[in-house]
Amino acid sequence: MIEEKFDAIVVGAGMAGNAAALTLAKRGLKVLQLERGEYAGSKNVQGAILYADMLEKLVPDFREDAPLERHLVEQRFWMMDDRAHVGLHYRSDDFNEEKPNRYTIIRAQFDKWFSSKVREAGATVLCETTVTELATDAYGKVIGVRTDRYDGEVHADVVVLAEGVNGLLGTRAGLREIPKANNVALAVKEMHFLPRETIESRFNLKGDEGVVIEAAGTISRGMTGLGFIYANKECISLGIGCLVSDFEKTGETPYGLLERFKQHPSVAPMIDGSEVKEYAAHLIPEGGYKAIPQLYGDGWVVVGDAAQLNNAIHREGSNLAMTSGRIAAEAIFQVKSRREPMTKGNLALYKKMLDDSFVIKDLKKYKDMPALLHNQSQSYFLTYPQLVSKAMASFVRVDGTPKIEKEKTTLRSFVSARSWTGLFGDAFRLARAWR
Amino acid sequence: MTAEVAVRVEDKLFYNRYLVDSGRPHIKVRPHTTPTPALRTLLKACPGRCYELNDSGQVEVTVDGCLECGTCRVIGEPTGDIEWSYPRGGYGVLFKFG
Ligand SMILES: Cc1cc2nc3c(=O)[nH]c(=O)nc-3n(C[C@H](O)[C@H](O)[C@H](O)COP(=O)(O)OP(=O)(O)OC[C@H]3O[C@@H](n4cnc5c(N)ncnc54)[C@H](O)[C@@H]3O)c2cc1C
Ligand code: SF4
Repeated sequence: MIEEKFDAIVVGAGMAGNAAALTLAKRGLKVLQLERGEYAGSKNVQGAILYADMLEKLVPDFREDAPLERHLVEQRFWMMDDRAHVGLHYRSDDFNEEKPNRYTIIRAQFDKWFSSKVREAGATVLCETTVTELATDAYGKVIGVRTDRYDGEVHADVVVLAEGVNGLLGTRAGLREIPKANNVALAVKEMHFLPRETIESRFNLKGDEGVVIEAAGTISRGMTGLGFIYANKECISLGIGCLVSDFEKTGETPYGLLERFKQHPSVAPMIDGSEVKEYAAHLIPEGGYKAIPQLYGDGWVVVGDAAQLNNAIHREGSNLAMTSGRIAAEAIFQVKSRREPMTKGNLALYKKMLDDSFVIKDLKKYKDMPALLHNQSQSYFLTYPQLVSKAMASFVRVDGTPKIEKEKTTLRSFVSARSWTGLFGDAFRLARAWR
Repeated sequence: MTAEVAVRVEDKLFYNRYLVDSGRPHIKVRPHTTPTPALRTLLKACPGRCYELNDSGQVEVTVDGCLECGTCRVIGEPTGDIEWSYPRGGYGVLFKFG
């Protein structure tokens, strides 16, 4: 049992927890950070794209020693049917800039590095410690945590819940609900190792340039979901995720989806001959703005995935986690410097500051997208990719059919699959939710 | 292309590093005679295929290969079919890459 009392306890050493602990420790607060893994990152899974801007606000010179894989010069979007894909590629040499904007990373390695910065800033970091419960006083105010390591409690003025998507502590304490099956996606992922030169030639890269591919279509078998393929230095991260509620409905298996994705004729050549070294699974919060729970209370705040702060449309999560962790810490520091208690009223400052940031603004913009994609998953993830692919096939195949006939056939295939009202409705709903 | 592809999940789990906390499973299935729909779902939805039917037709969980994703919790905890926790600190899956 640790007798001393801390200014803040941070639960979790992922993106959000490290950002919060670092910011608090840098401001001179006495911080205890608890992580259940053997080291920071040993339990964490990500694609993974790192957004430089949000990290720069925490560690301005991170490029000097952070374990980064490749800076991204190209982004591809694929719409897939069973045999083909229609792609959009964006590649620009402007991304070969002095301070690149996005990188691929390997989470277990990155988190270890991030955690070393937290320690350097003066926080006490204890790994291999699972927090089992929040400790509260007679009035229900959170006053600390209980762990499986000390038979007793550790106390602090405020607890920062950076416990990730499952959010066990917050849900056990009744601060928020267990994530609903239609608000979380299950992603499975493999790491495929290949010689560096092979990756560079397969993806058309030189040096540390990188590419990411996001893929949607029949690979998710009509479920709301996405596949991804990211190039690292000596390996390729490859995975696919779909809503848990869709897995419930369809009875598809996650590894079955992954296997079919790997065998797709557009994907298989990229990983041909690779050595797989890890198979991971993780949930991703997908409920967006409408799923955000209460973010603060007496003696606690919640940040990152635990607060469902994740932008599924843009595949951004780690940057929202880092930003919410940093903002929560700044709010706590302000309350502390005014020598005021960590009450619900005072911690409302965190919510106010978060509302003013891109985190809530972005999530609000897409507040209707999750429901739309979910309800129309058959159209958006099965019917349209097949139709578009068929249209492309007809467009590029030269077989003596007059072009006017081809156009008519294509149009007919769209109308018979979705009807005019369906087509306009889908377009209208998508545009409205996107706005 | 609706044919099921054969996947040996055990082989996949073999790539991973685990520190198993013997005798202290972090997930428990509520005793039952016939499986509820939620329990049946877990047979397929768990990415580590940790849930299996035993010879007498009940759903059992073996947590040794658990990836700690929480999918079974989302499906089976609200219905009361399972009890779900994290393993003790340091135990369970250890991702080298994540
Ligand atoms: C497959 C996949 C791909 C993704 N791709 C991207 C991407 O490309 N770019 C992007 O920005 N985001 C991506 N995300 C999202 C991103 O990973 C998350 O948004 C981000 O990791 C959230 O950070 P966090 O700190 O809130 O949670 P986590 O990173 O999950 O950290 C939570 C931490 O808390 C610890 N913990 C939990 N409970 C306890 C407890 N009781 N006691 C002690 N410790 C505890 C955990 O061990 C963990 O270290 C992806 C996610 C997945 C699953
Ligand atoms: S947490 Fe995930 S891997 Fe572990 S048993 Fe549940 S569904 Fe399977």
